Amino acid sequence: MTESSPVSTVSTGVIDGVNGNLIRVIFNQPVMLNEVGYARLAGKMLKAEIVRIRGKQCWLQVFEDTAGLKVGGEVEFSRELLSVELGPGLLTSVYDGLQNPLPQLAEKCGYFLERGEYIDGLDREKKWDFTPSVKVGDTVHAGDSVGTVPEGLFTHRIMVPFGWRGAFTVKEISEALTCTVDTVIAKVANADGDLREIKLYQTWPVKKAIQAYQERLRPTENMTTQVRILDTFFPVARGGTYCIPGPFGAGKTVLQQITSRRADVDVVIIAACGERAGEVVETLREFPELDDPRTGRSLMERTLIICNTSSMPVASREASVYTAVTMAEYYRQMGLHVLLLADSTSRWAQALRELSGRLEEIPGEEAFPAYLESVIASFYERGGVVRLNDGSIGSVTIGGSVSPAGGNFEEPVTQSTLKVVGAFHGLSRERSDQRRYPAIDPLESWSKYPSLVDIQQVDESRKILRDGRDVEQMMKVVGEEGTALDDFVLYLKADFLDEVYLQQDAFHDVDGSSSADRQKRVFGVIHRILTTRLHFQSRDAARRAFIHWQQIAKDWNRIPLEAEEFETQEKKLLDAVDAHRAEGEGN
Amino acid sequence: MQTRYHGIENIIGNVLMLRATDVGYGDLAEVTHGEETSLAQVIQLDGDKVFLQVFSGGRGVPTDASVRFLGHGLSVPFSDDLLGRIFDGSGRARDGRPEPDADPVRVAGPSVNPSQRIIPRDMVRTGIPMIDVFNTLVQSQKLPIFSVAGEPYNPLLARIALQAEVDVIILGGMGLKYDDYLTFRETLEEAGSLSRTVMYVHTASDPTVECLFVPDLCLAVAEQFALQNKQVLVLLTDMTNYADAMKEIAITMEKIPSNRGYPGDLYSQLAARYEKAVDFASAGSITILAATTMPGDDVTHPVPDNTGYITEGQFYLRNGRIEPFGSLSRLKQFVNDKTRADHRKIMDRMIQLYASYRSTEEKRSMGFRMTEWDHKLVKFGGLFESTLMDLSKTLHLEDALDACWQILADCFEQDETGMPSELIKDFWPKAETSDRSD
Repeated sequence: MTESSPVSTVSTGVIDGVNGNLIRVIFNQPVMLNEVGYARLAGKMLKAEIVRIRGKQCWLQVFEDTAGLKVGGEVEFSRELLSVELGPGLLTSVYDGLQNPLPQLAEKCGYFLERGEYIDGLDREKKWDFTPSVKVGDTVHAGDSVGTVPEGLFTHRIMVPFGWRGAFTVKEISEALTCTVDTVIAKVANADGDLREIKLYQTWPVKKAIQAYQERLRPTENMTTQVRILDTFFPVARGGTYCIPGPFGAGKTVLQQITSRRADVDVVIIAACGERAGEVVETLREFPELDDPRTGRSLMERTLIICNTSSMPVASREASVYTAVTMAEYYRQMGLHVLLLADSTSRWAQALRELSGRLEEIPGEEAFPAYLESVIASFYERGGVVRLNDGSIGSVTIGGSVSPAGGNFEEPVTQSTLKVVGAFHGLSRERSDQRRYPAIDPLESWSKYPSLVDIQQVDESRKILRDGRDVEQMMKVVGEEGTALDDFVLYLKADFLDEVYLQQDAFHDVDGSSSADRQKRVFGVIHRILTTRLHFQSRDAARRAFIHWQQIAKDWNRIPLEAEEFETQEKKLLDAVDAHRAEGEGN
Repeated sequence: MQTRYHGIENIIGNVLMLRATDVGYGDLAEVTHGEETSLAQVIQLDGDKVFLQVFSGGRGVPTDASVRFLGHGLSVPFSDDLLGRIFDGSGRARDGRPEPDADPVRVAGPSVNPSQRIIPRDMVRTGIPMIDVFNTLVQSQKLPIFSVAGEPYNPLLARIALQAEVDVIILGGMGLKYDDYLTFRETLEEAGSLSRTVMYVHTASDPTVECLFVPDLCLAVAEQFALQNKQVLVLLTDMTNYADAMKEIAITMEKIPSNRGYPGDLYSQLAARYEKAVDFASAGSITILAATTMPGDDVTHPVPDNTGYITEGQFYLRNGRIEPFGSLSRLKQFVNDKTRADHRKIMDRMIQLYASYRSTEEKRSMGFRMTEWDHKLVKFGGLFESTLMDLSKTLHLEDALDACWQILADCFEQDETGMPSELIKDFWPKAETSDRSD
């Protein structure tokens, strides 16, 4: 995104109508769809994007408040698609949906976001240590690295711009030096001998996927999140896609926050899209203070935040998810594993709906535009594992939360999303009302990716959960006394699994983060208890025993895996259960 | 800009259309006919056609009324003298006193830069145990009170206005029954709280369009107080009326409705208001409590539904009580670790036990045999409801926490409570020494 310094040859248009954030403009020179234009207002330039062209009129959605715009006002067209700058310095940044760095905006404007203020996405002053990795005469293609700069934890590759076609010969390459992102560090020529310059950064139109890689692979490797119910029951693979639909208050955002801290990936990109500002603030203020257990460095060093909260302009909300996924793809091109968390894709869909309504398009279901499904599908399809030109593997995992109206999963956004994702973590209000967190419904959710633990054990456990739920339902009708003791024990087992394994105290240091090793070990024990045949004198005795075991197991969850007491407590639990083992092994 | 326009071409509902040039989107205009003058706002420009939304409504406006554009958007006069004053939805004095003479500030200004926000740090004490103990209200929080017509949500707001420990109260009434408006005024006057209050009241009999400006006026004024280092609590009632006013206008404008007739941007519109809640790092804060009635007690109705996604939790007011289930303050964990060591644990445990009590009640009503445990739960439930849920009771947080322990002690043995042992050691009421004050 370039600073708006209109050149004299720029093509212009004249405003002919204003309706909310949509303006209608009469133009004379050629324009293109999704081209960026700027509406002039009292010395300010309001950024906008062409969303429809008809005859000599085009419609632009303005990324800012349109108050004060007049018919007859001037609009300048940039001849560029909506793009972002990709280069070193993205990590640790906090951007709005159009890649304006928010902290720098605050320095300039204070508490409030004044419209028409744009700042370069990448700091033009900051110096980077460049080391070349090619020499004169080498042949390079789009996406190939010509050198690197260190960026925090990572070796940031400086790559041949992704949009260039064909082979290039390196004609000039800079020595190792300290320079700004604007510096030309290489010159390459194509087959026709045209010389092109490579800087530390390149720009890329956000609505196009970056495809400078060899091939896409199937996601198989597990992405641990340290959330037991996810990793064990509904796992996500690196390069996979998943969605978290849930009614408000069910804990979507908390789950996203936990994942953003603990997920086993290199880079986390958080796209706060049309949600509460307060939630972003937690991340903003806490991440610099938190250590990444993988690296021992601040979590912020691996994080990039795109923040277009609900009160910020709707049109840039629509752009923000694309900005985020473009940056995710960029880091993937360096052979890194990137997790993109979009909260919430429903707000993005609503932004599409608002625009569609203003354009007076024929509405689809619930007034969402008819193209909603294909837009959602092509967004999630930008996730994936790829083999890069140099053979290394990079991935973009996309997790989108969905906020279905009325908590009803039948609505268009949830349904369109479910069609294209690989895992579904459905949150239920019932569980969150019971304070069972994370409130992922263990019976409704699903995942197509491989689990950390033996899938057969997972299936057995889910069966107990399902059967236990059935007993519980039945018990509501016939009462406890009408329930057979064996059935009652089944119900208690299901409840036990739920209480001590599926539920997790996110705010507890130990219980909040359950490593893969820990999950394997604990789940082994839990599974063993679930499949042990138990004997009790009465239902009351059974209940008392299970309450006691729950207590032991919950305490166990709070003991670090390395601590000595971990084993003692494990034994205590198994011994307590063994005391009630029925004659004969097995189920 | 002195050009006057005559010749209105269309009048549909509250929206006029006339032809004019050099008019800014969102600008205000004065529509004058005979003795009457009303403000209007530009809501759409289409070539030389200008669409104006008339604050006092389209009724009675003749096609030859004179229209003068003011060349600026909506603003509200602001000074400290606003305290104790009552205005209507257009910002005109409603209390018979002269119009305030102060510099205008912009209404519906830009939103706060998220990077300038801070993590909430202080609670707002209300003296209502169901709020303070179980779902603590936090400075800069936005919370709706989900309720149904007939529930005492306005008296509850009035009590909060009296008791809340804040510097300034801004009360916004939308579609308020005139009686309710008078009740608010009298309650605050009697308690001497009016002097720290500013009211913007749109009553049910006022023109619909004015309803649309109440939240914006309240929040613009609140923002100014907050920038002056004041802790401000904004009380809005009833946001459903506000949404309905938006719906009415949108339908008149022939916008494509999305859900049950509401405009597609309902979420964004509500969010733009609620997100004004903020805690300025080096100044004051704005906290918003907004009554939202749920038509048909249906939380999936678009208004409460969209609200729930915006706000940081919600209170459910049902049967004259704040429901412990479903009610949630998302920000409470930022403050309830600093109140008292037992706060978090006892809050969770009390709710869990109360949930067990509810299922026991269900069991009992179906005639199943009650166990000893069930009887204990029933006793617990009764005490919980009478001590903590009764909205007429005022208890300071610490007293309310003590009351929780007392209830546990009255009903259960120590190890039945599921409370961590170290807390039991510190807080379990010693026999006969418990000191409960009201």
